[in-house]
Order: sequence, then C-alpha cells, then structure tokens
Amino acid sequence: MARLINRIRFGRGLVLLICGTYFAVPMAASLWFSIDDNKGGTTFRAYTELVNAPGFTDSLVLSLELAGVSVAVLLLLLVPAMLAARLGAPKLRPVIEIMCSMPLVVPVVALTTGIIGVLRWGPDYLQDTPFFQTVVAIQDPNFPIVLVIAYVLMALPFAYRALDAGMRGVDVVTLVEAARNCGAGWLRAVFTVVLPNLRSGLLNAAVLTVALVLGEFTTASILGFAPFSVWINSNGKSDGQMSVAVSMLSLLIVWLVLLLMSAVGRGRKAARS
Amino acid sequence: MTTAPTPVPASASAARSGGGGAPGSVTPESPATTAAAKAPRPGRRGGPRGRAWLAALPLLLFFAIGFGLPAVAIAVGAFTTSSDAPDGGGTFTTDNLTGSLQGAYFTALWGSVKLSLLTALIAAVVGLPLAQAVATSRFRMFREAVMSASGVLANFGGVPLAFMFVATLGNSGEVTKQFGLTKHGWSLYTFSGLSVVYLYFLVPLMVITITPALEGLRTQWREAAANNGATGVQYWRHVALPVLAPSLLGGFVLLFGASFAAYATAEAMVGSSVPLISMQIGDALSGNVLVGQGNLALALGLDMIVVACLVMAVYLPLQRRSAKWLA
Repeated sequence: MARLINRIRFGRGLVLLICGTYFAVPMAASLWFSIDDNKGGTTFRAYTELVNAPGFTDSLVLSLELAGVSVAVLLLLLVPAMLAARLGAPKLRPVIEIMCSMPLVVPVVALTTGIIGVLRWGPDYLQDTPFFQTVVAIQDPNFPIVLVIAYVLMALPFAYRALDAGMRGVDVVTLVEAARNCGAGWLRAVFTVVLPNLRSGLLNAAVLTVALVLGEFTTASILGFAPFSVWINSNGKSDGQMSVAVSMLSLLIVWLVLLLMSAVGRGRKAARS
Repeated sequence: MTTAPTPVPASASAARSGGGGAPGSVTPESPATTAAAKAPRPGRRGGPRGRAWLAALPLLLFFAIGFGLPAVAIAVGAFTTSSDAPDGGGTFTTDNLTGSLQGAYFTALWGSVKLSLLTALIAAVVGLPLAQAVATSRFRMFREAVMSASGVLANFGGVPLAFMFVATLGNSGEVTKQFGLTKHGWSLYTFSGLSVVYLYFLVPLMVITITPALEGLRTQWREAAANNGATGVQYWRHVALPVLAPSLLGGFVLLFGASFAAYATAEAMVGSSVPLISMQIGDALSGNVLVGQGNLALALGLDMIVVACLVMAVYLPLQRRSAKWLA
C-alpha cells in the first residue's frame, strides 16, 4: 500500500514537473530574450524605449477607445434585453440565449469574411444611395465602427454568460417588485436597485470584453486597421525584442486583471456572508 | 491577452457552469412573472410584455444587422459569381464551393483538420493527468494557483503567444541558441512547431474543462471499487473513465474547435508557410485570388462554419449529458 502511494506521488510529481517545465520555459526564455543584449549582458532598452516607439501610443489609444466603446455598446444592448426577459417576457429568454450563443459557432475568420462581403456591397450596389456614405463612414481608419460591431458580436457570448450568472445570484423580479411597492418608478427601480446588485456581473462582462478587444487580431488585421495587436505584429518584423517585451507585459496585465476580478468576487462573497 | 479568434473562453465558462444555461434547466419563474406573462393587459401602452420586447429591440436589431447581414453575405456570396467575374456577377454557381474544396484550398482544409485533431488529442491526453494531479493535490493554494494560471493561459494566444515562442524556440530564440537545436533539424515554422505552440493554450483549456468533471468523481466510488478488490487501473478502466467519457470527448471537441478557428498565432508566426484554412481565407480576402474568384473566400468561410457547426453539434449534447451525470 505504501509503495502504491509512493508510486502515485511519484507519478504526480513527474506530470507536474514536465508540464511545469513546458509552461515555464517559454516565459523565462522570453523574459531573457527581451533583456538580452546579445553580448552576454543585459539591457532594458526594449522596455524603456517602448513609449517612444513609432505607432505605439496611437495603436494603444485606438485599442483602448475601441474597448471602451465596445463595452458601452454591449452593455447598453444586452442589459435592457436581459432584464426585460426576466421581468416581462419569459419567451424572450431562449431567443436571447440562442442569439448570444450563435457567434460561438462562427469562427472569427469566417465572420470577417461575411463582414467584408457586406462591405463590398457598398461600392457594388449602393453607390448612389445614402447607405454608401454609411458604409464609408463605419470604415473610418481613425475610429472604425465596423470593428466595434464585430467586437460586440464576438463578446456577446462571454458577456451574456457573465451577466446571466450575475442575475442568477440575485432575484431580480422580487427586487423590482419591492422597489415598485415602495413607490419607485421603473427607471429608478432598475438604476438604483437592480444594477447595483449586478455590479460583479457587469464588471465581469466589461473586463472580459476589454480583454477580448485588446487582444483581438484577426478581424482588425484582415480589414486593414491598426490597433494594438496589429502593431505588435508589424513592429515585431523590425524590432523583435520590443514586441517580445510587449507580449510579456500583456500577459502580465491579463494576469493582474483576472486576479483583481477574482479578488473583487471573493471580497463581495465574504461581505455577504 | 485573450485569443479573440477562438470561441474558447466562453465555451469553457459554459463548461464550468455545468451547462446551467441549457434550455432544459430553466429556473422556476416567480409567480409574479408568470402572472404578468399570462395576463397581458392589452390597450395599456402594450402592457409590460410589449414594453419588454421594446427593451430588447435594440439588441435584436443590432444582431440582425451585425450578424444577419454577414451571414446572408456568406450564404449568398458563396453560391454566386463575384462582381469581377466576366458575366458581371450575381449569377448562381457552385464553382466557389467546389473550388474551395480543391487543390491548395483542400490541402489547407485538410492541414487545419490534421493540426486540430493532433493538438486536441495531445492536449486531452496531457491535460487529463495534469488536471487529476492538480485536482487531488493536498494544497489548496497550489490548486487555486494552477486553476487561475490555466484561466490566463487558455485565454492567452494570438500575437503575444507567437512572439513568446519565437523568442524561445524560433531561429534565434534563446533555447534554440542554447542547445543548437537548428543543427538537429528543429524549426518552429513547421507543422510540428505550430503544434507545440498551440498546446500552450490548449492544455490549460483542457484542464479548465475537465476539472469540474474530475471533482465530480466521488471518493466513495473509488473506495467501493477498492473494497471489491479492484486495482487502481481497474478502477480507472471500469469506473472513472466511463463516467468521464462524455466530458473527455466534449473537451476534445472543444479543443478541436479552438485549434481549428485559431488565426492570429499562426499568422504572426508562420504566415502561410504551413497550409491552414484560416490563413488561406485571410490571403483570399486580401485579394490574393485569381480574377473572378472574389467570392471564393466566402465559400471558404462557409466550409469553416460547417466544420464549426459539426463541432458544436457534437459538443452540446455531450456537455448536457456530462452535466447530468456529475450534478
């Protein structure tokens, strides 16, 4: 029996060792790569010159703007619909659920093909109609609205699940009824009673969306816009060291954000019990 | 940052929530809602029901435009000639579809399927013992650390992942230089190189997906098996694996889908030197096709959607089934 336990311990150790190595080595090597000056010493050039790199600030600002607008649009569309489904029209719920799962079935590359197909209708068929101006306007390289549309679609499933989990934990119907009985109007009930109770769900949805938008590459690169991830890629062709440095930083940021999120979630749970 | 191109994280979270969102598990509506639903008061500004649909209208409209239009564009475009074709475009044809399943495009489709099958299989085989080793660990801190790391790495992909591996195992990567791997025939920019990179986010994804199922295995089952004289191997062969089978298969299919849809990592790392369907679509969309074949990309997109739909059609029933077992 003791030997069996020893064997299990040994097997577990081996599995963890191999996997640990596989996951740790690329991180360590990348870190080393980003500070290696190729003469046997170290340099932090890649990190210090980052801010001055051509295109860095522009692309980062564009990405952050896209992220902010996407979150706003997503929540404005999704929250009223989901609340309505809970409060007034239960039949709406399966509709929303199916709708929010559909983007999962379509790979992003395929969605992008569809978007390009639609955008091509512009010059092909709509040349003389006001729609043509719209098609041009949503492709403005300074702020491509078409990317916001794509990102909101891609984020729908994540955001839906985050919000749904949040609403599951709170009895929205009772809350609204209680507020209405106390004389609050619909808007007041929603804004001062329901939404504060959904804080963590809203926060989760927002954070997931931001992470998705900041990392998204496929659509932006195929449609020819230049947000942050596209910049990392093109910059990597000329300055590999800096792009590796940025990659490491982005990993670190995602990690911190997720840690923060779980800390917030835990804090709230502790406060409730 | 997140692998935006893959549908992964949401599905993973779906797996974690145990398919709670499935239509089969509708939470009981409170009496008030049912009453409101059953007794619509017509004439009073449409009643609460009408207003509810009104609140959902923006989402429905957005979806119809943002998702519906591209879907129509693919469905129509894949079966019609493109506008740069000799006949002016718009006529029905199946040439796009047949073209997308021939020659270089078929090679790419097959390459994608092969890569996805291989990486999903390896990730599933590696992920299961890893998840088991972690789930049965005595140290709570360690378990939580691994789970949070898996969450990050499963979402980590795209361009940053590609650069990390170029820095590690690329031609001038640190590990390559250290061990002189190029002399032994190693190259990151090949099929096997790409597989190694994909595993970096697939294995954590498998760990996330399978851990709830592993935690659902009751210790009593193991003890009962042991009391009846079963060895560890027999327990796994006759008890644990059959119970885990739907989750395992579901995880495998999910990994396949993630790997199949991935674009950014391969694009940033190998460009089109490894034939993959997603790369070919990207190429075709950038105008890299023969004149008159402008709609080929749409047909390729359709191919991809068909494969993804098949994946989901296998995954969802399995997901529901395993949720039932391990509830």
